Order: sequence, then structure tokens, then C-alpha cells
Amino acid sequence: MKKNIIAVLILLSLQGCKESGKKENATAGNKEITDLSIYNLPSKWTNQNGKDIELKSLKGNVLVMVMIYTSCKSACPRLVADMRDIESKLNKKTKQNVKLVLVSIDPKTDTPKKLKAFAVSNKMNHDPWIFLRSTEENTREFAAVLAVNYKQISPIDFSHSNIISVFNPEGELVFQQEGLGVNNEKTIAFINQETKKL
Amino acid sequence: MFSLLAKAQETGMVPVKEGSFVPLYGAASKKPVFVNAFYLDIYPITNTSFLNFIKKNTSYSKSKIKGIFADKSYLSYWKNDFDFGNADPKSPVTSVSWFAAKKYCECQGKRLPTMDEWEYAAMADEKKIDARTRKEFNEYILSWYEKSKTYENQIGKTFKNYWGVYDMHGLVWEWTSDFNSIFLSGESRKDKSSDKNLFCGSASVNASDLMDYAAFMRYAFRGSLKAQYSTRNMGFRCAADKKTKN
Repeated sequence: MKKNIIAVLILLSLQGCKESGKKENATAGNKEITDLSIYNLPSKWTNQNGKDIELKSLKGNVLVMVMIYTSCKSACPRLVADMRDIESKLNKKTKQNVKLVLVSIDPKTDTPKKLKAFAVSNKMNHDPWIFLRSTEENTREFAAVLAVNYKQISPIDFSHSNIISVFNPEGELVFQQEGLGVNNEKTIAFINQETKKL
Repeated sequence: MFSLLAKAQETGMVPVKEGSFVPLYGAASKKPVFVNAFYLDIYPITNTSFLNFIKKNTSYSKSKIKGIFADKSYLSYWKNDFDFGNADPKSPVTSVSWFAAKKYCECQGKRLPTMDEWEYAAMADEKKIDARTRKEFNEYILSWYEKSKTYENQIGKTFKNYWGVYDMHGLVWEWTSDFNSIFLSGESRKDKSSDKNLFCGSASVNASDLMDYAAFMRYAFRGSLKAQYSTRNMGFRCAADKKTKN
């Protein structure tokens, strides 16, 4: 019995590392993913339609990303407004190659259903808007990549960095807009510049 | 046989019982934070252990690690991918990024401790679960902050605390899973939603608040980190919800 337990444990621990080996091979074989790309992250996400996606599936688009939570009353509505303002300044052609992504920092509360409701009530339930959630661990990791800090300060509230990040089609961070209601001229310029390369 | 035993000991864990405490930072209105029972590594991860991990996970070696997971100073003191050079095999591995530390723990079937778990375990001295009000304890921590190159020391040479854990203070700084949950006011970024708890803590630094000051240093340091950073005086240890076979 004890032997069995040990065998299972060994198997389990091997699996943990094997999985990583598999991922390594997958990324090593896929030369298209560059060193600084967020597509090196293996994490899985769910969108507002309940569909599971890998981050990698967004490759080839210019991404404009922000981390929010939908029950937020103070900063997030303004961050969302900032995102909307960016969208309104992109021309039609550019927009075809841009995804505006809102990532939840509160995956417990922000179920796909909740995200969907938020998208609908904010008239963002269509391309190029995408709402994503994942596990708390993946979210923490993703925030680490974006240098976004957040902390749950009460059951319903988080403090968080107000950062909008622009990624090129390779998934490399090219620009970050920090703060609320700031001038987004530069952000737009970076988005346009990156989409032109496509 | 002896070396096997020594090795097992090096990666051993001890249980830390559940409890609550008021951290310097993080709890709204200074309410106590509850920490569930967990297991914590007795020692920080050594150069030897980390080398073993890299041998199995070569994509985390010095030359192969992706830029998004570690900055240029990753394992900067190592001679090459599989050689930590003149560093002591029993010294804590440092100059590791958060991503690498996280991966290491995952590969042991463990995880990084949360900040609350780490702080909770770190407030114990040899005899008490919470020694934060003890003058000598705080003086010990603060005197370490002034010493240089303690990262060159071997693990297990500082005191063994109430839980049976070594080196929480006196050797290296350590990564926590949610280090990026700290907000510093007055830093260069224009974060409007940063909160001022941390600085309220610091504002009260005086002789009786050495405890806050010692913790403030740790929180402030964490607040200045990014996950890719690899710092010479920063290592890590792992935690787990359940006892793991390692």
C-alpha cells in the first residue's frame, strides 16, 4: 500500500515537471514565438461567451489590454471609458487587426456570464472587444507580465494599477499608458504603427 | 547515506498552524488576516537544489530562459548553465526571477508562499509565534538589513523559529506568490488607486515601532519588484497546502 502511494506520488510529481517539458518543447518547436512574447505563457482563458481560448490564439493581432473587475465602481468605469476612447480613435481598417481585451482580476466573481452581462450593458459585446478570465494563479502571473499590481482589499473591492498595455502582433509589449483619463495620443500612435506593419 | 539524509533535510517542510495576525500592510482598516494551516520549506532553496531543477528543466537555464520570464541578471553569478561556479552549494540560490521561483516550486508539487503566509511564519522567533513586539527580535532583523552579502552564507545558520523554519530573517529576501499586490504611493507611475496604508505605516516609525519599520522594509522592497527581476540578495522557498513527498 505504502509503495503504491509512493508510486502515485512519484508519478504525480513527474507529471508536474513533464507537463512543463512538453510546453517547453512546444514553444521551442514553435520558433515564431519570440523571447519577450506573452504567447510564451501557457495559460488558458475563458471569454465572455464561455469559450476557452489560449492566449496564443490572439497572435497576429495588435492587442490593447487592461485589467479590471466588473463590480468595480471607481477606477474601472473610467478605465473602460479610456479603452472606449482609444477604440473610437482607430480607423476601420486598423480595427480589423486590433483586439481590445479586458482581463478580469476578480475571476471568482467575474464568471463568463457576468462578463457577458457587463459587455452587453456597456455595448461592447462584439468585435474587437474581448473579455477574459482565468484562474487566480494565471491572473496573478499575467498581471506580473504586465507589471500590473492588484490586491483584494475587501470582499468586493480591489486596488489595482491603471495601466493600458499595447502588444504588437508578436505579443511583445510595445507601450503602456499609465493613469486614468490621460492623453492617449501616443497609445493610438503605437497601435497604428504596429498595425501598419501587418 | 548521510548525504542523502542531509539532502532530504534540505528540502524538508514543516507544518505551520492556522492563525490570524494583523499585517503591517494589506488588511483593510488593520483587521486581522486569517491564515490557513500550510506547510513551509524549512530552508530557502540552495544552489544545489536549483541546479538539479535546471538540469531537468533546461529552458530555465541562464542561457535559455525567455526574456519575458527573467531579466539579464538571472543567475548572473553562475559560471554557466549547469555550474554555479564558486558559490557555496549550500548557499541560497539568488538572482532568480519570480517566474523561475514559481516554476521550481511547481515542479516539486509545491507553490510559492503568499505574502500573508510568509509574514505570518516570519513573525515567530525561537519561542513565540508572534515576536514582533520583542525589541531584540526587531533589532536582529534590522541589523541584518545593514549587513552586506549575507546571501553568501549557508542555509540553516540563522535561528530556528517556533515552527522549525530557518532563515526567514538574516540570509536573503524571498519571493512570495502575490508580491505584486503592493502599492507604493509616490512612485513614478501615475497610479491613482494606489493606497496609502503603507506610508501610514512608515509615518509612524519611532522607537516603539521598530516592528513596523522592519516589515515596512520588506513590503517596500516587494513593491519595487517586477516579476522578471533577478536580484542578488533575493531567493525563495516553497510552501504547500498539504504535505508533499519530497
